[in-house]
Amino acid sequence: MAPSSWFGRRDPVGGYFGAFGGRFVPETLVAPIQALEAEYLKARCDPQFVAELQRLLEHYVGRETPLWDARRLSAACGGGRILLKREDLTHTGAHKINNALGQALLAQRMGKRRIVAETGAGQHGVASATACALLGLECVVYMGTEDMHRQALNVFRMRLLGATVVGVDSGSCTLKDAINEAMRDWVARPDDTHYLLGSALGPHPYPLMVREFQSVIGREARRQCLAQVGRLPDAVIACVGGGSNAIGIFDAFIDDANVVLIGVEAGGEAIRSGRHAARFAGGAAGVLQGTRTYVLQDEHGNIEATHSVSAGLDYAAVGPEHAYLQETGRAEYPYATDAEALDAFQQLARLEGIIPALESAHAIAYVLKSARRFGPDTVLLVNVSGRGDKDVQTVEQILTEADRVAN
Amino acid sequence: MSRISERFKALRARHETGLVTYITAGDPDLERTAGIMKRLDKAGADVIELGVPFSDPLADGPVIQRATERALAAGTTLPKVLAMLAGIRADISAPVVIFSYANPILRMGLDRFVEGARQAGVDGVLTLDMPPEEGEAFRSAFTGAGIETIFLLSPTTTVERIRKASELGSGFLYGISRLGVTGVRDTVDDSARELAERVKAETAMPLALGFGLSRPEHVKAVGQWADAAVVGSALVKVIAEHGQAPGLLDEVERYVRWLRN
Repeated sequence: MAPSSWFGRRDPVGGYFGAFGGRFVPETLVAPIQALEAEYLKARCDPQFVAELQRLLEHYVGRETPLWDARRLSAACGGGRILLKREDLTHTGAHKINNALGQALLAQRMGKRRIVAETGAGQHGVASATACALLGLECVVYMGTEDMHRQALNVFRMRLLGATVVGVDSGSCTLKDAINEAMRDWVARPDDTHYLLGSALGPHPYPLMVREFQSVIGREARRQCLAQVGRLPDAVIACVGGGSNAIGIFDAFIDDANVVLIGVEAGGEAIRSGRHAARFAGGAAGVLQGTRTYVLQDEHGNIEATHSVSAGLDYAAVGPEHAYLQETGRAEYPYATDAEALDAFQQLARLEGIIPALESAHAIAYVLKSARRFGPDTVLLVNVSGRGDKDVQTVEQILTEADRVAN
Repeated sequence: MSRISERFKALRARHETGLVTYITAGDPDLERTAGIMKRLDKAGADVIELGVPFSDPLADGPVIQRATERALAAGTTLPKVLAMLAGIRADISAPVVIFSYANPILRMGLDRFVEGARQAGVDGVLTLDMPPEEGEAFRSAFTGAGIETIFLLSPTTTVERIRKASELGSGFLYGISRLGVTGVRDTVDDSARELAERVKAETAMPLALGFGLSRPEHVKAVGQWADAAVVGSALVKVIAEHGQAPGLLDEVERYVRWLRN
């Protein structure tokens, strides 16, 4: 595969997507990040690097992933024809592996022997631990203690894969705090360590690099849709935490002006301070963790607590390119609540025999709620970013509790 | 000449090592911060760095993280910090530098912050996550109000970027003497000396070296290579230990006098 077909869409100018992005980092990290950017820009044009990543994606991850024509779901929605991009069928069970392998190869190329990563739901931590096991790299994963509790199975998976999982009990004990701690680790050891950031967030070049490693999702889906349906979809729908699966599937459709791009945020319990993670519904522009983007913050610029039933969407900022797509009107960002996501989680299981991750269930929830908007002859492409095995226990507890209250 | 430049000029003339002290504003509360600042000044601090508490201090170690949490819990905000400073500025002769992450300043609004800082008698601003490449809007707004822009240098900073920081910054340069987040260490790293030598080869601007210093011998060691030593986490620890006790101010003054010996 030629580099030009791999990467190619507009690079951010000076690290900025319009007014969003940039590189707001402590001085110690400036040089390591500049070195990372330089190496990445070289690697993505190096046929050997591209071929090695392609080999791993094909034979190790199991790409390409299927595009599933979800007929019973489509009938239940009463709207268009719904196609599911099955990232849940990748090795390790979520799209995160696409980026983890790309960055781990890059780290290896830079001679770094140690990887640090943050994780929310645990999927990126598992993907990082997997990539490190495969390439023989040391792996340290920072995870909020609240998330370790919610995603105990993934903690054990990471340890089985040889990673060290470090609990973070500062702040809200979730993804944001894990990122702070991973950055603190990197500041102390920039020479031998690569920070394997898992979403399209953080300082430049991470939002660009993560998008490009995830853009394989959209490239495949576009090709598959043309082959199966004979035309492009009318809308592409994905959940948005930091936004890596969404930017990965949007990427191939950005220039198709007639394709509506929809990123679904976590509405939590309600759009009330501390009870949700819908940055576009309740946030404002600010600088957090190296990038200027939409952030949930109070009137003095302190970051607000967030809530979502899904750990992977429970984050106060959104990737800077999404802020740009929202501001320019190219993409729209509605939200689905916890209750709607839980309902979608169960409906997809019963209608299609697919148990999605609670994160991905937010995208399904949007379709269940809004498919009618698009009419019967439309095609809706939905990214099932991960599988739901990790969430089964959480959902069981919530449903049991709900039953108890109801009776 | 600015207050910061005057202070460093006088130190050089006396061949003395300066002492830059960092405290987190609002720990344990702003009233006591005001008292602490007066004692730091009385005990001979050459520059007082006033940290603005922020919910996500990703360049700070546990000591300053905890101080930040206490300050936020006490209701400390950037406008309140400036108001406190305005009230006591006339009582303090040392230059005062605001030490902040970018977001509290952006949220307050750059123009509003600069006006508040000017009125409060702020001499310089150091924004931790705003390297020179991103900091032009801040720098030009500060310069317009006669406020110095202080930049950080680290062992990973290249020669080109040392030059950039010394061209764009003013007052003094703050050298991070070792890798990692803020926090107390037992010894002064070799990297401190290496950094100082690289900086001195590029610029005559005064250099303060910090990160991990806690004892008079550290201050002396740093004095061989730099104009001043920065003591932060160790001082914040003294404040944490005596936070609610009536002897807090005396302990702070005693500690700083000990450092100067």
